[in-house]
Amino acid sequence: MADEGMQSWKTLALGCAMTEPGSSKRFNTGDWRSGRRPVTDREKCIKCGKCYILCPDMCYSPDPEAEGYYLWDSFYCKGCGICIHECPKDAISWQDEKEEDTHGAACGS
Amino acid sequence: MARRVGLEVSLACSEAVKLCNVDVVAAYPITPQTHIVEHLSELVADGHLDAEFVPVESEHSAMSACIGASAAGARTFTSTASQGLALMHEMLFIASGLRLPIVMAVANRSLSAPISIWNDHSDIMAERDVGWIQVFAENGQEVLDLTIHAYKVAEDPRVLLPVAVNLDGFILTHVIEPIEIPDQAEVDAYLPPYTPQMRLDIANPVSMGMVGVPEVYTEARKACLVALEGSYEVIKEHWEGFAQHFGRRYQPIETYQAEGAETLFVTMGSLGETCMTAVDQMREQGQSVGQVRIRLWRPFPVDDFVEAVKGAKRLVVIDRALQPGSASGPVATELKALLYDRGIEMYVANFVAGLSGRDVTRADFAAMAQRVEAAQAAGQPMTCEMWGVKE
Repeated sequence: MADEGMQSWKTLALGCAMTEPGSSKRFNTGDWRSGRRPVTDREKCIKCGKCYILCPDMCYSPDPEAEGYYLWDSFYCKGCGICIHECPKDAISWQDEKEEDTHGAACGS
Repeated sequence: MARRVGLEVSLACSEAVKLCNVDVVAAYPITPQTHIVEHLSELVADGHLDAEFVPVESEHSAMSACIGASAAGARTFTSTASQGLALMHEMLFIASGLRLPIVMAVANRSLSAPISIWNDHSDIMAERDVGWIQVFAENGQEVLDLTIHAYKVAEDPRVLLPVAVNLDGFILTHVIEPIEIPDQAEVDAYLPPYTPQMRLDIANPVSMGMVGVPEVYTEARKACLVALEGSYEVIKEHWEGFAQHFGRRYQPIETYQAEGAETLFVTMGSLGETCMTAVDQMREQGQSVGQVRIRLWRPFPVDDFVEAVKGAKRLVVIDRALQPGSASGPVATELKALLYDRGIEMYVANFVAGLSGRDVTRADFAAMAQRVEAAQAAGQPMTCEMWGVKE
C-alpha cells in the first residue's frame, strides 16, 4: 500500500477523533472501484432519474448542460453497480477503467 | 478525618465512587456485583450523590451509556461480572479506542456453562486484550483505594484510558472488612474535577468513532498501545501520590518474603492473602518460600516482575482461569513469554486453581510447593495442572 495521505500515529487526534467538519468530502472512495466503472449511454437513457435517486453514494447529479441527464462522479463512486441493476433501459453498463469513456460526460475529480 | 468502619467490600466500592463524585453511573445488576450498583442507586436516590443513575436493560447498554456519557465529558462508572462483562465485550474496545476514562469494577466470576455465580478470573481473562488498564485488589481497603486511584490515572491527560478494578466475587464483594474511608476533602485534594481533553460539544464539534480505513487503523491502534504502555509510569506516580495523601502504598508488583526465596508463588487477587499466610506457615517450617503478587495486570510491569523473581529457583504460578488449548493458564503464559524475552531460565510450574470459588487453602499451597520442588529435582518438565480435580 502506498503511504500517500497516511498520517503518523503521533499526529492523530485523541481517540482518532475527527476535528474538522466536512473532511469526508476529500475522501476518495472512488479508488475502491476495482477496475470498472458505470457508463451511461444517452441514446438509451429516458431521463427517469433512477440512477440519481438510487445511488447510495449520491454519485449522480443533474447535468446542468443537458436537462434530464445525469453526470457521474468518479471521485465517490465505489462501483457497486446498483445504477446498472436498476436502470430500466439497460442504458448503464460496465466499462473497463482503462478504456476511454465513450459515452456520457463525467464530473468529480 | 478518615474513619475506620466495618463495611461490606461492595459498599466500600460504592463509597469510593461517591467520594470520586461521579456524574453518571450506568449499570445492570448481576451477581456478585449487585450490591455495588444497588448501593450506588440508593446513594443517588437519597441525594447523597449528585449523579445520573441509568438503569439500563443490559450490560452492553451499560457500557454504551458510559461511552456516551464519558464522550460528553462526564466522570463515569459502571460495574459488572461474568456474563455481563462478556456481553460488554465489543464495547470495551470502543471505550479504550476512543480514549475514554471510564472506571469499572469487575466482581470477578466464572463463566457459564455450567452456570456458576462463584469467583474466578475467567471473565476478565477473556477481556485481557481490550486495551484497558487492569488492576487487581486483594482486600476491601484495596478496592476502595484502587477505585479512587483509577480515576486519577484514567483522567490524566497523559493516559486517557478506561480502568478495570478487579475484585474477587463473594470472597471480596460479600465480606465485611474494617475499611478506612477517607473524608471528602481528602479525596478532593487528591482527585480534582475531571477536565476532558476532548468531548462532544455543540460549540466545538468533533466526530468520535469514525471509520478507520486501512491507511489509518494501524496508526490509531498504535496510539492506543503507546498510551497504555505509557500509563505505567503515570500509574506508579499516582500510587506514590496516593501514599502521600492516604498513607497506603501500592506497587505494580508486590512481594511477600520474596527476598532470597527459592520457591516463589505468583498470585493475583484475593488468593494472595491466603498465600501470604501459607508462606508464613511454610517459613516457620524452614522452607525457602516467598510470594510475588501481580497488582497491575495491564499494562504488564515486565521489569518489576523480573526484578521480583530474580534469583529464585522456581515459580509456582496460580492461575484462576483456564486458557483452553494452550500449554498454560493466562498468567503463566504471560510470565513464561517475558522470561524468555529476557533470556531468563526459570522453572515455571503452573496450577489452575480456585475455579468457580473452590477454596484454595494453605495446605494446598504447601502441597503445590512440595510437588513442584520434587518435579524439578526429578528433572520433570514444567507442567500446567488443574489443581484438585476429582478423578
